[in-house]
Amino acid sequence: MTDMTMIQAINQALRIAMKNDKDVILMGEDIGVNGGVFRATEGLLKEFGEERVIDTPLSENGIVGMAIGMALYGLKPVAEIQFMDFIYSAYDQIVSEAAKYRYRSGGQFPCHVVIRAPYGGGVKGGLYHSQSTEQLFTSIPGLKVAIPSTPADAMGLLLTAIAHEEDPVLFFEPKRLYRTSVGEIPSSGQQIPFGKARVVKEGSDVSVFAYGAMVPQSLQAVNMVEKMGIHAELIDLRTLAPLDVETVVKSVEKTGRAVVVHEAPKFCGYGAELAATIAEKALYSLKAPILRVTGYDTPFPYALESLYLPTVDRIARGIERTATAV
Amino acid sequence: MVKAFRTMALGRAVDERCVNLQRQGRIGFYVQSEGQEAAQAGCGLAVDPGDWLFPAYRELIVALSRGIPLKTLIEQFFGNSDDELKGRQMPCHYGYREYRYVSPSSPVGTQIIQAVGFAMGLRYRGEKAVTVAFFGDGGTSANDFHAGMNFAGVYKAPVIFFCQNNGWAISLPREKQTKSPTLAMKAEAYGFPGVKVDGNDFAEVYRAVREARQRAFEGKGPTLIEAETFRIGAHSTSDDPSRYRSTSLLLSWKEKDPIDRLRKVLVERGWQTESEADSVRDEARAEVQKMIQDVEHAPPMDPSSMFDDVTKDQSLQLAEELAEFKEMIRDGVLKQ
Repeated sequence: MTDMTMIQAINQALRIAMKNDKDVILMGEDIGVNGGVFRATEGLLKEFGEERVIDTPLSENGIVGMAIGMALYGLKPVAEIQFMDFIYSAYDQIVSEAAKYRYRSGGQFPCHVVIRAPYGGGVKGGLYHSQSTEQLFTSIPGLKVAIPSTPADAMGLLLTAIAHEEDPVLFFEPKRLYRTSVGEIPSSGQQIPFGKARVVKEGSDVSVFAYGAMVPQSLQAVNMVEKMGIHAELIDLRTLAPLDVETVVKSVEKTGRAVVVHEAPKFCGYGAELAATIAEKALYSLKAPILRVTGYDTPFPYALESLYLPTVDRIARGIERTATAV
Repeated sequence: MVKAFRTMALGRAVDERCVNLQRQGRIGFYVQSEGQEAAQAGCGLAVDPGDWLFPAYRELIVALSRGIPLKTLIEQFFGNSDDELKGRQMPCHYGYREYRYVSPSSPVGTQIIQAVGFAMGLRYRGEKAVTVAFFGDGGTSANDFHAGMNFAGVYKAPVIFFCQNNGWAISLPREKQTKSPTLAMKAEAYGFPGVKVDGNDFAEVYRAVREARQRAFEGKGPTLIEAETFRIGAHSTSDDPSRYRSTSLLLSWKEKDPIDRLRKVLVERGWQTESEADSVRDEARAEVQKMIQDVEHAPPMDPSSMFDDVTKDQSLQLAEELAEFKEMIRDGVLKQ
């Protein structure tokens, strides 16, 4: 066991995956000599050479399209999109191509491409370095979406995405946790399966569902309400597609109350799917309305981001209200 | 040359018959290649079986040149239980790994950059093969044309960009697609050669593709080939070209019919007699007719197959939807 930041864990996961399998190839803007704008690929060019760590021209559709071509050939490309905010020019390649190759060819052409992108606010990134639009991808059949919240999960889920999955994976990394989240990493580089949520803290009064950067925020909120005698259960979804429905439903059946936290806007956000799933499968266990604590339905504001993003106090207030509603 | 003539004639026969099938409501949709047979055969026969092709949806004669059985293609048009693609795609959107003929989509140009990535993969593993990206004049305006050309130039990828300039992107004429005097010249800006050939001359296309292939093999990188031709038919069975182009233009190109042109060469050189050439076309029509009879009445797709191949393993949610779907079928709520 060693301590690492999340960005170090991602860097290490890429290194392990590349050492284990020479079919793993990285591509993206500034990932080579520069080691990535967040340093996720630091040192990898030197270690693996420019055939496997490819600096690309400034074209997101080009990066993803090239990666898809390599995946169709049978390599294991891992593309970096510098910010989730820049991914949209590649949306056609992701939605119409990567997500559909297996299906449209009757299973002849699987498309195992991994696309990493930092997402989310809290770093003074303004409109175009802060967005959280995971729901644009979770709503597309054929795509898998993972969002880690700890260094260990970042490593374990990324290794799974590269070495185990055989479908296109969107791997969204909470950039505000890159350096602030520090944790123990198992030295063996073990994989964490998709579709298995993590119970961060057990509780009996109310279930709190979160992912990515909202997990540590929610944990602080859960600890805060504990002092008022409210025992909240915090669940980190880890992968949004596939969703671990069983863990979600089981928790709500136990607590009878649910709060969903994400930084993406509320309307048609991932929380809507979670709330609907809970309503479909555990409505009769509910003792209070499901509450969503989310970013507001505005574009991401630069100067006011600390008020836009769910804060610990705001989450705590939501948990308290839901736990005490009669 | 004789093989090319047969393949082109077969393609024309498929086109004629399938447009009628669509009109009769027996298949849902169709895309003709009429007029572009020489360009497609020229490229399709010039590449090697080891090469990987990234077609669009108007590449019938390339597919036939590749050796994809006519039966397989017609099964795809009908989308019934014999269709290898399991009825997932509109007619003409077929791809078969076995023939290194990659599955196409409808958005224009997306395959261009994928062919570049694939070619880089081939080179990475040291395989002696190239990829070919197929697209039309309209495709040269698409995002992924630019990305593909640019990346291929930067990485010297072993890829051939094969553009069939057929004059029309649905209703938009070539002159309004770009102000570039030729499409081939666009290659220059990306740092590699572009050549323009007469797309209705089988031999000229064939030679250009062989040369481009040789260049790629020698590590000299990509080539753009513009094969100038004409889309005699509609864009698809959903299109009516009389709304946007003149009969006189159409007739002027009909006079340059690539099949008639190749036939003339064959007869002049004594490689085929007039009657042999006629019988090639008659045999092609008969073959298509017979194949349709063999294929049309296969049973429909198994409804549950709709839920296969979304991801490698079916998600729990999808399994739940499938179970509910089966109940609906059982109870007669859903009928095929």
